[in-house]
Amino acid sequence: MTIVDVKGLTKTFGKFTALDGVDLEVKKGEVFGFIGPNGAGKSTMIRVLLGMLKRDAGVATIFGRDVWSDAVEIHRKIAYVPGDVNLWPNLTGGEVIDLFASLQGDVNTMRRDELIAKFDLDPSKKCRTYSKGNRQKVALVAAFASDAELFILDEPTSGLDPLMERVFQQCVETVKAAGKSVLLSSHILSEVERLCDRVGIIRSGKLVETGTLAELRHLTRSKLYVETKVPVKGLDKFNGIYALMNSGDGWSFEADAAELNGIMTHLSTFGIKRLESAPPTLEDLFMQHYGESIVEGDS
Amino acid sequence: MGKLFKKCGRLSVFILKRDAIRLVLWVVGIAAVTLSVPPAFQELYPAQEQRDAMAETMRNPAMTAMVGPGDLQHYSIGAMTSHQMILLTAVAVAIMNILLAVRFTRAEEEAGMTEMIRSRPVGRLASLASAVVVLLVVNVVLALVIWLGLFSLGIESIGMQGAFLYGAALGAVGLFFAGISVVSAQLAESARGATTLSMLVLVVTYFVRAAGDVADSGLSWLSPFGWVTKVQPFSVNNGWPIVLLVLSALVVLTVAAVLQSKRDVGAGFIPARPGRTRASASLTNPFGLVWRLQRTGTIIWAIGLVVLGISYGSVMGDLESFFDGNELLANMLAGDSNLSVAEQFLPMLMLVMAFIATIPSVLAVQKIVSEERNGRIDHVLGRRISRTKLVLSYIGFSVMVGIVMNSLAATGLWLASQSVMTEPFTFATVIGASAIYIPAIVIMIALAVVVIGIVPKAGSLIWLYIVYAFITLYLGSLFQIPEWATRLSPYGWVPEWPTVAMDWTAEIGLLVVAILLGAVGVAGYRKRDIG
Repeated sequence: MTIVDVKGLTKTFGKFTALDGVDLEVKKGEVFGFIGPNGAGKSTMIRVLLGMLKRDAGVATIFGRDVWSDAVEIHRKIAYVPGDVNLWPNLTGGEVIDLFASLQGDVNTMRRDELIAKFDLDPSKKCRTYSKGNRQKVALVAAFASDAELFILDEPTSGLDPLMERVFQQCVETVKAAGKSVLLSSHILSEVERLCDRVGIIRSGKLVETGTLAELRHLTRSKLYVETKVPVKGLDKFNGIYALMNSGDGWSFEADAAELNGIMTHLSTFGIKRLESAPPTLEDLFMQHYGESIVEGDS
Repeated sequence: MGKLFKKCGRLSVFILKRDAIRLVLWVVGIAAVTLSVPPAFQELYPAQEQRDAMAETMRNPAMTAMVGPGDLQHYSIGAMTSHQMILLTAVAVAIMNILLAVRFTRAEEEAGMTEMIRSRPVGRLASLASAVVVLLVVNVVLALVIWLGLFSLGIESIGMQGAFLYGAALGAVGLFFAGISVVSAQLAESARGATTLSMLVLVVTYFVRAAGDVADSGLSWLSPFGWVTKVQPFSVNNGWPIVLLVLSALVVLTVAAVLQSKRDVGAGFIPARPGRTRASASLTNPFGLVWRLQRTGTIIWAIGLVVLGISYGSVMGDLESFFDGNELLANMLAGDSNLSVAEQFLPMLMLVMAFIATIPSVLAVQKIVSEERNGRIDHVLGRRISRTKLVLSYIGFSVMVGIVMNSLAATGLWLASQSVMTEPFTFATVIGASAIYIPAIVIMIALAVVVIGIVPKAGSLIWLYIVYAFITLYLGSLFQIPEWATRLSPYGWVPEWPTVAMDWTAEIGLLVVAILLGAVGVAGYRKRDIG
């Protein structure tokens, strides 16, 4: 069952195209990672889904309802945590959590107190005195204490310490186990790698890649290190070998999945002494899509 | 000893440079108001009889409570200026010192800047001392500018000695409140707390003086504001209260230094109270949130409007003699000779009060834009709250503010007028004359909503329009501004009841226009991008 369904979504601000024909699907019970650097369009996408921005073209539905015209109905079952959590300086954290709960409609006091304890938040302090991480905790407690079916989390952990990040990950795993869906926008790739079933990579307003991590890995290169009995020759002549480096005893390089078979056959003729292979990390994937453009300053 | 103050001079220069514009604006602003008053009085009340008439209107408890005692027997331009202005200016100077002192001390500390400075070879008291040095400079400069400025106006009753005492009294009270504020900055843990504490001292000492002055008891001697009014430049010319002010300022500053040297960076002597851990029942819907966020400001405006009403009401008793002697002001009246001067004056006062009541109302509804800019509106709209419901909460609150503020001012006027008029107004007359302006206030709110819904960036346009409306109407009768120009604002359509007959059509018309404009604004807000 599809919870979030986006097709050909386009949003422009004046002459600037923030989203350019984005297709995206989040299925029930799935954690979908939405990655991309600052300014790629992640937050614009999320704000369109929340009905804050009006799209210029395309279809966008959540629970089968239109995100713009049925915003209020959709929001009954949504929990949203913005990346930049700004709160009212003269309200306490506890007051804000309760306010959010009552604006949502359902207050679960037990879960609220449990989460406050888990996130180690002092709810009696005014929001003015909270650090960025503590403001984020307020929003996270309010989100996970709700009975939402879909969690939209926009870089929710950028201010949390590693311990709290762990608590956050447990919360995501709990809601996932309960069959709820999560749209997690992030640029902390290790977190996405750990939590997400599927990943979408956005770049300059376009979704350039989407699929499970395994699928995405297939598209990309493995990192290899090899030592042989006889010095290797001719690696530089292969197509599909990148970042080739001689490190004294052996060679390290990256290889396209499609070329692996040929490379291995070639290497075996030199007598393989040691072979190390690392799967590509999301970071490698990411850099592959962005590396060049970041240098060019296109973000 | 020198170790404690190491680099104090360098830090003082740094603050002076960093905040040069802010400091100059404060001094120039306060001096400009002070220096523009005596020439204005000379223009309005050139003859001694006119000034004596003015003195008569001042001879009542409400006025004494507000501006303190004065030399009403010899009401020269100088005596008039010091009577009507010195106390209110002293309050302004005190506020300046509170805001600046907290900014230089606790705000810096809260933001973590003090810690960075202290990590360098800088004395433990250098930060505090540099703030005090800068405030001393500001207050001395202010005193000098006012002294020389007043004297150079060349007004007969404003002498060298009086002008010096006037300036010195203001500078001294400023220094006293600078001291109070730096002590507050030691006590409270946050800049807001320090400001609140100092403002509390200001308000309490002001009212202690008011009570003392009205009862003519020694109570006023307990308040620094009481000392200011005892100086009475241009008549009594008593310099001793100024010495008292300076000495107390030194005592308070010493207390601040002792406290500062005893505490940790970032800590305060009054620990922050833990707040509520649960929201109260009222904070569960958008309207409750709107009220909670604007509560303090609204209460302050409400007090201000009651005081304004009382001060207008307290002059109602002596209006006849006041207007008889002044052609310029008489021109501003509606001009039906069958009515008493007080009755003719009523619509004018109601208009001014309605304009002032419009300000907090428009501010209240415009808060929705700053909430959007600060990214806080997403928390509300991202939940089960529709845009219509949210914007209607703001509009509802704003209209309520308009009605309450306007009525409070009218009530204050009625209360004060009871004690000074021989034939007092009925409450119904006053509240009625005030209520007929509510539709005009609502139109201004509705216009603000149109701006919010369609061009949220153009929020300041509404203030230009309010200024236009005020100028055309308030000064319209003086400058012979054509009627169509006044009719371009909603206030121009409100009948000047009870001076002229009631015009229900105009009132209903205004309300209909307000509802239409409001609907346009709400429709716009439902359609546009948020954030």
